Amino acid sequence: MDLSYGPEYDAFREEVRSFLSSHWPPKGKEAEQDFLAQAIHFRRTAIEAGYLARAIPKAYGGSEQASDPLKAQIIREELGRAKAPGDPGGIGTMMLVPTLLEKGEEWQKQKFVPGTVLGELSWCQGYSEPGSGSDLASLKTRGELDGDEWVINGQKIWTSGAVHADYMFCLVRTEPDAGKHAGISYLLIDMKQEGIDVRPLRQMNGSAHFNEVFLTDVRTPKDWIVGQRGEGWIVSRTTLKHERNSIGNASMVEATFKGLVRLARESKIDGRPAIEDPAIRQRLATIEGYVQAHKYSGFRQLTHQLRGEDAGLIGLMNKLHSTNINQEVSKLAFDLIGDDAMLDPEGGGGLMGVAPKGAEGWINLFMSSLGVAIAGGTANIQRNVIGERGLGLPRDAYAQQSR
Amino acid sequence: MDFGLSEEQGLLQDTVGQFLANENDPNQLRARFDAEEAHDPTFWKGQIELGLAGLLIPEPFGGAGLELLDAALVAETLGRAAAPGPFLGHTLAALALARGGSDAQKKTWLPKLATGDVTATVALAEGEGRWMPEQWELQASGSLTGQKHHLPSGAAADLIVVGTAGGGLAIVESAAAGVRLEPYPGADRTRRLDTLHLEGAAFEALPEAGAAEALRDAGLVLLAADAFGGASRCVEMSVEYAKTREQFGVTIGHFQALKHQLANMALEVEPSRGLFWYAAHAFDHAPEDTARMAAVAKAHLTDRFMAVARDAVEAHGGIGYTWECDVQIWFKRAMFDRTWLGTPGFHRERAASHW
Ligand SMILES: Cc1cc2nc3c(=O)[nH]c(=O)nc-3n(C[C@H](O)[C@H](O)[C@H](O)COP(=O)(O)OP(=O)(O)OC[C@H]3O[C@@H](n4cnc5c(N)ncnc54)[C@H](O)[C@@H]3O)c2cc1C
Repeated sequence: MDLSYGPEYDAFREEVRSFLSSHWPPKGKEAEQDFLAQAIHFRRTAIEAGYLARAIPKAYGGSEQASDPLKAQIIREELGRAKAPGDPGGIGTMMLVPTLLEKGEEWQKQKFVPGTVLGELSWCQGYSEPGSGSDLASLKTRGELDGDEWVINGQKIWTSGAVHADYMFCLVRTEPDAGKHAGISYLLIDMKQEGIDVRPLRQMNGSAHFNEVFLTDVRTPKDWIVGQRGEGWIVSRTTLKHERNSIGNASMVEATFKGLVRLARESKIDGRPAIEDPAIRQRLATIEGYVQAHKYSGFRQLTHQLRGEDAGLIGLMNKLHSTNINQEVSKLAFDLIGDDAMLDPEGGGGLMGVAPKGAEGWINLFMSSLGVAIAGGTANIQRNVIGERGLGLPRDAYAQQSR
Repeated sequence: MDFGLSEEQGLLQDTVGQFLANENDPNQLRARFDAEEAHDPTFWKGQIELGLAGLLIPEPFGGAGLELLDAALVAETLGRAAAPGPFLGHTLAALALARGGSDAQKKTWLPKLATGDVTATVALAEGEGRWMPEQWELQASGSLTGQKHHLPSGAAADLIVVGTAGGGLAIVESAAAGVRLEPYPGADRTRRLDTLHLEGAAFEALPEAGAAEALRDAGLVLLAADAFGGASRCVEMSVEYAKTREQFGVTIGHFQALKHQLANMALEVEPSRGLFWYAAHAFDHAPEDTARMAAVAKAHLTDRFMAVARDAVEAHGGIGYTWECDVQIWFKRAMFDRTWLGTPGFHRERAASHW
């Protein structure tokens, strides 16, 4: 066990720092552009230097670096310190790009990957439907081939970012006679066309981040399919083989906890700082146990990755563990803000990796921590995964019957 | 950057695990748990032969000179097997002597502790939850008179490291005049407890400062590690049972309510493996984190152990509530780990003082 990075990596960190000091924040004329333009310009330079889009081949606009989770971690830390943009955080870079790289056609990679890794192209994920959430494979949106085009009809729901997205990657039933899973194809769709009707859904915290998307005779070229017809389910399960960010997640949890301690120091109970209240201290310290466990669990997984080992059971637990912690944190914060716990959060979405600010910020976390717990597989679905894949318990009988 | 175990550490755990599989199988464990005699010298001798008596004793004194992380990995393995014996008290006593003893004391005692010719334990608690060095009041002047509570494996001990007023440490020989041990009716029969009565007992103070705090932090880490091992075993036993016990024509692991309970139990335990690793690592490498992380790890892990031990009883149904079912052995081990050296709530308060 050795928690130092070693001289080679210390040198690398210096290199990243000096790169950042000359490239961020932007100076001169560039400083007058809007943030997105600044970010795209910065990413171009950082990709050339080998700091961003590291897992992406040069042919598709990446920097094609040898996988090195430690370097990736150092880059993340230094970008965070300099408040510089990293790889675009959206669903496009996280899910679509790795899927295309593994299963896409050559022309698809060339057309879609470079703009996505720069943050020029944005994507939304058209998976969930009104009748198909946890049981995603029951989805009904239809796609029929008409000459050289797919014609798509149906409805998607909870589609995050659909208002601004340029494209959607979408699961569509194209083989109605095949089985439940075997009837689905993975299609790419241009969002800027007639037939697409995006209706923002107001979330309980007041902001409108997700949407309903109605698709009426929406058209997409025949070859905008990833994988073969009927392979969409398998394509959508493509494992993310890029440098996984287990520590990044842990440091976010830690930052939020530090914010909570700060809040306890600033809040008052009976005229005294809440942090001096024994009951509050116990609850804070109980959460700290989970936060520290999560942190060192991240360290452990990073080491497994460095050694090329499978992390095993723990790899299936990150989502549920961190969403549980966030919920506990937000519940304690809710108690700390006293009468302000009746405030409307005003839709103030928190920044990733930064502790919430002000009562509205904490109330927003009190609500949004539920959204995160539901999105991308609910807590119960996570428990199924831990129980079945992790502990080797029998598969859900209903899930098996509805094939 | 490497936050993982070395090959030697893996081997150490495997060796101890293999030894326990052979020498502490369910029948042997059960016999020791139920035995009248508090101590099984043959089983302890086997552990000594593996080197477990001298893990933290420096090499010049015949020990292995290992770090606390290594001892914690052994503690995890012993906890997983609910292995009876004096490992905890002996290891802490040896550490206290190595840190606090004079050259002469070290020369006299450490080699014998390393070979297991002398077995030692520690006498810390003074009742009403007073486990910490700053809470000790036993006066060390001339001779020792007073009581100490909850000595682990006192029946095995030839030598006792006693906490004294002002956070001092002293050694007392069990056979000396004015030293009497009285069994305490503890639930955990894998680590029997005794009350120590001292009436004008001869002692030698350990002169070097800081040893009591080191003993405290190492103790907290070893308990956290034992708890992780025990808690993992509780999850494992429950999962195994869910795969074999049938009701309504299927194994009970088919029922989602139970499956989710088991998943929650695993989620309570597995993510905190790195927590006790780091707390142990900090003891030797990060002095600024040592006291705080030892407190966090002890509070978190011993609480988790007690909780999953309760869950494990429920997961086993009626059989889980019997003396015959092994789950109760771990349940009672959890009772010890949780309370010995101070409750989770007490250590959370200590951890909070570091914010
Ligand atoms: C903030 C947010 C953003 C989202 N963004 C997107 C997006 O961009 N694109 C997209 O496609 N989707 C998105 N989703 C949708 C999300 O993936 C689904 O909400 C989620 O998969 C659950 O589906 P559902 O809402 O239909 O709930 P349901 O599946 O109906 O679940 C309702 C309840 O039943 C439980 N349940 C269901 N099945 C089981 C089972 N087998 N065992 C035990 N319990 C079960 C669930 O745990 C839950 O508690 C988003 C959701 C949220 C909240």
